[in-house]
Amino acid sequence: MSLRLASSPHQHQQRSTAQLMRLVCYCALPGFALQCWFFGWGSLIQFAIAAVFALGIEAAILEIRKKDFERALADGSALLTALLLAICIPPLTPWWITAIGAFFAIGISKQLYGGLGFNLFNPAMVAYVTLLVSFPVAMTSWMPPVALAEQGYDFFDALRVIFTGFTADGYSLSQLRMGADGFTMATPLDSVKTDIGLGLTLQEATSKVQFADGFGIGWLWINLAYLTGGLLLLKLRAIKWQIPVSMLGAILLVGGVIHLASPDLFTSPWFHLLSGGTMLGAFFIATDPVSASTTDKGRLIFGAGIGVLVIVIRTWGGYPDAIAFAVVLMNMTVPLIDYYTRPRTYGYQSRGKKR
Amino acid sequence: MSNQDLIGKAGLPERLYLTVKQHIGTEGQLQVAVGDQVLKGQALTRSTNLFSLPIHAPTSGQITAIGPHVSAHPSGMAELTVEITPDGQDRWHSLTPLPDYQQLPKIKIIEAICDAGIAGMGGAGFPTHIKVSPKKDVEFLIINGAECEPYITADDRLMREHAWQIRQGIDVLCHLLNPGHVLIAIEDNKPQAIQAMQVACQENPDYIVCPIPTKYPAGGEKQLIQVLTGREVPHGRLPIDVGVIMQNVGTCFAVADAIFTGKPLIQRVVTLTGEAMQRPSNVWALLGTPVNHLLAQAGYQAQRQNTPRLIMGGPMMGFSLVSDQVPVVKSTNCILAPTDQEMILPEEEQACIRCSACADACPVSLLPQQLYWHSKAKELDKAQDYHLFDCIECGACAYVCPSQIPLVHYYRVAKAQVRQQEEEKQKADKARDRFEARKERLEQEKTERELKHQQAAEARRQAMASKETQASSNAAAALDRAKQRQALDQPASDSGSNDRVAAAIARAKARKEAQAAEGNTVAPAEQPPEQNKQDKVAAAIARAKAKKAAQAAENTQASDNAPAETDKQAKVAAAVARAKAKKAAQAAEKTETSDSTPAETDKQAKVAAAVARAKAKKAAQAAEKTATSDSAPAETDKQAKVAAAVARAKARKAAQEASTDNQSDTPAEAKEKPVKAPRAPRKVNKTATDNAKAETDDPKAQRIAAAIEQAKARKVQKDQAAKPTDEEPGIAMAPEVTIDEDKKQRVAAAIAKAKARKAKQNAQSSAANQQENTEE
Repeated sequence: MSLRLASSPHQHQQRSTAQLMRLVCYCALPGFALQCWFFGWGSLIQFAIAAVFALGIEAAILEIRKKDFERALADGSALLTALLLAICIPPLTPWWITAIGAFFAIGISKQLYGGLGFNLFNPAMVAYVTLLVSFPVAMTSWMPPVALAEQGYDFFDALRVIFTGFTADGYSLSQLRMGADGFTMATPLDSVKTDIGLGLTLQEATSKVQFADGFGIGWLWINLAYLTGGLLLLKLRAIKWQIPVSMLGAILLVGGVIHLASPDLFTSPWFHLLSGGTMLGAFFIATDPVSASTTDKGRLIFGAGIGVLVIVIRTWGGYPDAIAFAVVLMNMTVPLIDYYTRPRTYGYQSRGKKR
Repeated sequence: MSNQDLIGKAGLPERLYLTVKQHIGTEGQLQVAVGDQVLKGQALTRSTNLFSLPIHAPTSGQITAIGPHVSAHPSGMAELTVEITPDGQDRWHSLTPLPDYQQLPKIKIIEAICDAGIAGMGGAGFPTHIKVSPKKDVEFLIINGAECEPYITADDRLMREHAWQIRQGIDVLCHLLNPGHVLIAIEDNKPQAIQAMQVACQENPDYIVCPIPTKYPAGGEKQLIQVLTGREVPHGRLPIDVGVIMQNVGTCFAVADAIFTGKPLIQRVVTLTGEAMQRPSNVWALLGTPVNHLLAQAGYQAQRQNTPRLIMGGPMMGFSLVSDQVPVVKSTNCILAPTDQEMILPEEEQACIRCSACADACPVSLLPQQLYWHSKAKELDKAQDYHLFDCIECGACAYVCPSQIPLVHYYRVAKAQVRQQEEEKQKADKARDRFEARKERLEQEKTERELKHQQAAEARRQAMASKETQASSNAAAALDRAKQRQALDQPASDSGSNDRVAAAIARAKARKEAQAAEGNTVAPAEQPPEQNKQDKVAAAIARAKAKKAAQAAENTQASDNAPAETDKQAKVAAAVARAKAKKAAQAAEKTETSDSTPAETDKQAKVAAAVARAKAKKAAQAAEKTATSDSAPAETDKQAKVAAAVARAKARKAAQEASTDNQSDTPAEAKEKPVKAPRAPRKVNKTATDNAKAETDDPKAQRIAAAIEQAKARKVQKDQAAKPTDEEPGIAMAPEVTIDEDKKQRVAAAIAKAKARKAKQNAQSSAANQQENTEE
């Protein structure tokens, strides 16, 4: 009788990396669906484009690296990256911009670093930052909420605009972006930032029609949906609480302090929390295990750092939203944070010291 | 579940395979041979080693083989094993229970525990007798009733069925350890075991049964200590360092067995479980029972396993067996035969996504993924920096890893590599030490050689220089003295140049004669027999002289141009002289023994000889001293040294000449001997003679007399050395009586010897000095 030899432990928990990735994707779906509801079919098409390119590029590079790409594709990490990228870029961005984004995410920031587990930076955020810096106009051309748009558009219009630049009726992207009042609509964050920059008070800046619900139409709900998805992730133990809590806490704290200091110039922390990509960032982006800190204390520092940076960049920086920059900047600090936040091992008084 | 039924009996297998070493420590020596009949409980090994435990025959039968057999070790390597074929009669060896253990000294109980072969039954197999004799106070005695791992129910069943005996075992341990508190830790998923133990311990309120949360690896020693006491065992220390001793319930049971019935450890409870077994259960298995026998008992169905595998131990830390022939050992708590569905075979490992689920699961707060990166990259120092060796290999990290990375395996490999590296380093260190020692030695030898060469060269150079200058007054004086003496002794001889050899000869003669003279003092009158003696002695001396002269000649010839060797010559000459003197003395003794009253004379003669030797030596030393003090005021040290060297060189030269002369002159010299070296003061002799006369019968007195004489001689010698030229005429008048002459000769010889010695020393010191100078 020949017996199989194996090293202990002989038993394994059944959740695999692929399951973990899929779980994150599922939990992002409510938010994503609401995004499509408020801003049209564009995001879904972007996801399809991003997914095709992400998987294709990953497979190609793995083939070049002589690795088993089928197994690697099955782990779902490329798909998750594609989803996050699609969520971030404006719904009717031309396809090739998305393709470039996918290439940067998978090709440059992931595979060039050695593939899954070796990337220093969050792939989706690197791609988004690259695109934002390279194509600032296209990347800030966010659609107005469907309810407020002068020209509604359906799935095929979106498809046509993304691939050809025009709808079947001949409308261009900029025409589609017209609001009901004939003005191009910026995102609430962008709008507030621009208006305050122009010397308006916060109250004046938020008196526009898109702020009907106080946070900008659609954005509140999208953020709440991502929050829900995030809480689900927490409940399923796919992520740990430290990063979201410390990040949101930092936003609340820093945003609150500056808002209290000057209510006319600085938006309320609640606006920061429930607008833009805050919730998405807190639960789905900053918690990316590969590029985030790996120790409990480190995660708290990492999340808080992102929160502070988000407020700083949103308030004083050149870009309306700041999740991507904040995350990428904090990714850089992870090795350092990890090194200095090593937990005390059993039997030792403090790090490295014998008890 | 395996914990539903009573603990069954595994029954007698066809063969029992008893691995000689079943615990942590060293094995004992076999006490049995193939073919021996053994009884149940009979010790098969024995040792005086502290860390050694005996093994016992689990049943009566015959030893059918002793040799390597597959062992209960992850490697499955073959180890020395005793194979017993049971005879089925189960006859017990005589047992010696200690029911009144409380009256016995503790050492007796510990001895009984050791002799019963009890090792920790929880899994590690540490010898129990060592654990129960701690050097520190025990604050907590923790009885570990928490199973090591899921699936195992051996301790659960044991507590349920034998709580009473476990408590007895605890009593014994308490008697030995005298702990502050006794805590019995049982996981809260074993309510029946908790209840059983509570009932068993209700008489003794000091024993506290503590239900603990069921969370792997709560049964681990360090973890359990932390859960119960909040203390952590510091890195690299033992539980006793925080005042804790932990014993498994199985161990307590075995201790009770050993003390109250005298039964050694020959069986244990083994959990047989896994879905591939029809009847999962716990059984009492004799140690040495092969696993296949147990599998048959539990209804193992191989067809339920697509991939046959057997695990000894639990699913987290157990190891897979290489064969079903592996025997049960003292630490075997479980045999696990899982189906493929039950324990899914690990898939190929995927990339680590740094999710740090492993870090959350780690019971000792390590960072398993960092350890993994460093272990995989063979960055062993960094892995150690992340406390690689604090990993208890519980398997929790690998269990939770979503990427199916066999983390513990990586750590095991890394640990092995570190150990290997350390071993190699030690070896390399030793080799380096050896090499360096050798290098140092060679270098030292080299420098010594160089130094010798240098000294030789220096001496040669000096010798050359001295030939030309001949400056020092000391040397001149020495030379003069020698010349004068020579002239006095034998006007015929051309110069005082053969002074040295002559001196040596003279010395030897003098000694002999002196001894003879001492002999004479016993019977002071110059009777014919004495004269006979003297004649004999003289003859001997003559012979010796001839020999010596020849030798001296040889030496001189050999050492023509190496001044360093003159020292040697001097030494040889001295040695020769001494040898002669001894010989002569012996001869004298002999003669005396035959002639005069044997008892006294013999002793006296010996004493006299010794005294004479000592005198000569002392005289020489004194002469040296005087010479040194002579030269010191006259010249500076250096000059003195130079002078000495010059003197030495001259002496050598003289010796050389002498050697050529002597070879032909010897007979003449021998004849002339009594007249030669006439330089000792009469006074000394007289006193000595008087003293000797006065107290002939008392050896002690004789000795004292000799000492006095010696002192006097020394004094005279000093004077002589200080003013040799002045005294010489006076001395020259002395030679009237033979005895006096002898003495004089002796003194003269001493002077000569002293000179030679001094010259030698001076040469040495000057050489050393020169070296110092060159170094400066």
